[in-house]
Amino acid sequence: MTIFEISKPNRIGFELPENNIEDFELNIPEHLIRKEQPNLPQVSELDIVRHYTNLAAKNYAVDVGFYPLGSCTMKYNPKINEKIANFEGFSMIHPFQPHETTQGALKLMFELKEMLCEITGMEDMTLIPSAGAHGELTGMLIARAYHLSKGDTKRTKAIVPDSAHGTNPASARMAGFEVIEIKSGPDGRVDLEELNKALDENVAVLMLTNPNTLGLFEKDILKISEMVHEKGALLYYDGANLNALLGRTRPGDMGFDIVHLNLHKTFSTPHGMGGPGSGPVGVKKHLAKFLPIPEVIKEDDKYKLNYNKPDSIGFIRSYYGNFSVLVKAYAYIKTMGNDGLKKVGQMAILNANYLRKKVEKIMDIAYPGFCMHEFVSTCEKFTKETGVKALDIAKRLLDYGVHAPTMYFPLIVHEDFMIEPTETESKDSLDKFAEILAKIFDEARENPDFVKNAPYNTPVKRLDDVLASRKPVFKFDFGK
Amino acid sequence: MHRYIPHTQEEINEMLKEIGVNSIEDLYVSVPKTIEDYNLENGKDEFSVKKELLSLNKKNKVFEPENIFAGAGIYFHYIPSVVETLANNQRFVTAYTPYQAEVSQGTLQALFEYQTMMCELTAMEVANSSMYDGATALAEAMLMAARINGKSKMLIASSINPEYLQTSKTYCTPQNIEIQKIKWTENGTLDVNDLKNKIDDNTSAVVVGYPNFFGIIEDLKSIKETLPENVIFIVVSEPISLSILEAPGKLGADIVVGEGQALGITPNFGGPGIGFFTTLQKFVRKMPGRIIGETKDIEGKKGYVMILQTREQHIRRAKATSNICSNHALMALINAIYMSAMGPKGLKKVAKMSYNASHYLAKKLEEKGYHLIFNGPFFNEFLFNAGENYYEKWKKMSENGILGPLPLGKSMPFFKNVALACCTEVNTKESIDNLLKHF
Repeated sequence: MTIFEISKPNRIGFELPENNIEDFELNIPEHLIRKEQPNLPQVSELDIVRHYTNLAAKNYAVDVGFYPLGSCTMKYNPKINEKIANFEGFSMIHPFQPHETTQGALKLMFELKEMLCEITGMEDMTLIPSAGAHGELTGMLIARAYHLSKGDTKRTKAIVPDSAHGTNPASARMAGFEVIEIKSGPDGRVDLEELNKALDENVAVLMLTNPNTLGLFEKDILKISEMVHEKGALLYYDGANLNALLGRTRPGDMGFDIVHLNLHKTFSTPHGMGGPGSGPVGVKKHLAKFLPIPEVIKEDDKYKLNYNKPDSIGFIRSYYGNFSVLVKAYAYIKTMGNDGLKKVGQMAILNANYLRKKVEKIMDIAYPGFCMHEFVSTCEKFTKETGVKALDIAKRLLDYGVHAPTMYFPLIVHEDFMIEPTETESKDSLDKFAEILAKIFDEARENPDFVKNAPYNTPVKRLDDVLASRKPVFKFDFGK
Repeated sequence: MHRYIPHTQEEINEMLKEIGVNSIEDLYVSVPKTIEDYNLENGKDEFSVKKELLSLNKKNKVFEPENIFAGAGIYFHYIPSVVETLANNQRFVTAYTPYQAEVSQGTLQALFEYQTMMCELTAMEVANSSMYDGATALAEAMLMAARINGKSKMLIASSINPEYLQTSKTYCTPQNIEIQKIKWTENGTLDVNDLKNKIDDNTSAVVVGYPNFFGIIEDLKSIKETLPENVIFIVVSEPISLSILEAPGKLGADIVVGEGQALGITPNFGGPGIGFFTTLQKFVRKMPGRIIGETKDIEGKKGYVMILQTREQHIRRAKATSNICSNHALMALINAIYMSAMGPKGLKKVAKMSYNASHYLAKKLEEKGYHLIFNGPFFNEFLFNAGENYYEKWKKMSENGILGPLPLGKSMPFFKNVALACCTEVNTKESIDNLLKHF
């Protein structure tokens, strides 16, 4: 039931204290005064508590079980970080308080920026972008500003591999670039010949995810970096998969000029049903002057915000970013430290390779060989034989109490799962997942229709996506 | 090992054996090793981390909300306890985008209800399930307007939040969309004559704040009447005010966006808040962001899914309506819980108390000889001439526990010694009288 159906006229959920101030008559033109009150719920406090508690119970979450969504890094979200972000000194401060009264917040941002520079091998960083895609847009605007600052107006193209996240081409276009997609090679990596063909003096930037979305390290990265820079273009790093590289190498060491991070992936801040995240952007020194406004600076042991950056790409949102997400990432880095972060990368890779070995017995691995933090498996042949699709297997996984992996992505593999276990899962949970997956394939062989109609044990059965978009219902119908 | 990493050495050995390698090192095929150690301290236990962050947190001054008279887009309101308790449910917090709808009905229904509430507040037909903030919501609204009518000139009221204007410029420039500013009158409202002079065949949209950055309530009706039919009317609004102001949807708005932080979200030093984004059904396919819709399962039971995804980046890639992927869904949940708690009456009371408090402060300031900059109708913020050296005085006030009206002179030189005052329902008569002692 929706909260609107629970609602009863004149029921209330909250009372306000009086402020002892006289009542002023509205000094507003009559036609600008609201006549009809919005249909907001009228419910008691307990109604609200039960409604949202029952809604939450219909959700799957990392805290419920295994959530191997590839490229999303659904690792454990430490509880201490939530607690710290809710400290009043962090949550109850206004962005325009005098700097003298927010030294703690500014110091935290300054130090986080330095720590993230160390982890990525970059030389300066902005913490303002609100999400990964927002970071991509910021990074691509920096690339644009860089070329324009040199009077180079013909660099209108951005190269993106066909295995890239959809946000890459979308962000490149929003930054004003024409997107050139290059085909991956037979080994799932950048095809150097394809790249060479696409690289000309009109290319501004190559966007790369490394390891890529197939969980494969771009082993020719140093060569790629050389090729790109030789042509005067920049190399952009999509940090969605940074988790794999922790403790081993850094985007800055591989020749990347611009890097965006996803603090809600690598740095454990929760995904919150889709956000808020945070997408800091790091750059090498020659690009630092283009970073967005404002920047946090340190002068004589005092922290300040600098708005005077004439070459900056400008504002990319209001205020200073998703500050409480930054607090959580800061707490995470302090918790893990040098020793912990190194283990993160290693265990993420160990888990992915172990699970790949297990899944290999059930599905085909799209690109055999060792993987990094994730791998892609496909049941294309199985689908042809039985009619049971990856989608059906995914839905049946839900019945067994695990979340399905990312499906039908990257687009260059068909009927596929992209599986990322992360370092916070135990061997037991990986074993259990492999066991369930094997069982489902057995079920599909024996009774394909049964699996095609899954799920059965979920709060609702399989939902009709097609109807939902063909005859869209955008909001509750009050029957007016 | 580590409290967040469960592997025992024994398990690691078994796993390596299963993979068929001797060490983890063997898995890094052709991945260069470029670092031995990070120049970072080693990890710490949770009590030490907490202690360190407690001390950082204490270096920030927390003002008593009743002594805060700063707004400018981020507001202090009473937040019922149920909001924090319910929104901290880890089945919301640790879930991701509802890709598997059957196990995400909590997220989907909460967002569907949020969309409904935003449509009710604005009297618009469709809401998406969130943008990052008010500034990016406006920037994306302009890009959407350009997609709708294929025109490339935006006319924007100079009285819009300056950071929203700057953000819009950043988004519009690479698309070769031009932004022209429209003057304000001595009332602080949009100069309709200036607007008429600047509208031409290439005008895509007109943007005004409602209330605007100066707190002034724009006459949307008269602005709408000056617009040619195909010009998109974008209204940037503040949701609390909409419980006493006529809904923009009733006054001809095509797109209504804004910052939703005031609806139950703590100020968080400016983020995360949430951008809300509403429009008319006929424009929905040009809209950015995720939209949740109602549907049925195979047994005919009601359920919710993400809809019209062919607009989005994961399907349409370079041709998507926006690059947005992660949004601010958890903040939308907070908005929905807050609006459920307040109800229509509570929200109206919040708005009216804020109105009363700010008008009381304005009246008292005028009695003391301070002049309001504009004489147009205002909601809960207003500009006034705060006198010589106001910036220094403001800092002094903060040492006395008052976050006074914001001095605008630093960022807007033409407003030297002008302050933007804000009151909400948390300010009491006593706290306002106390503030007035400094004037």
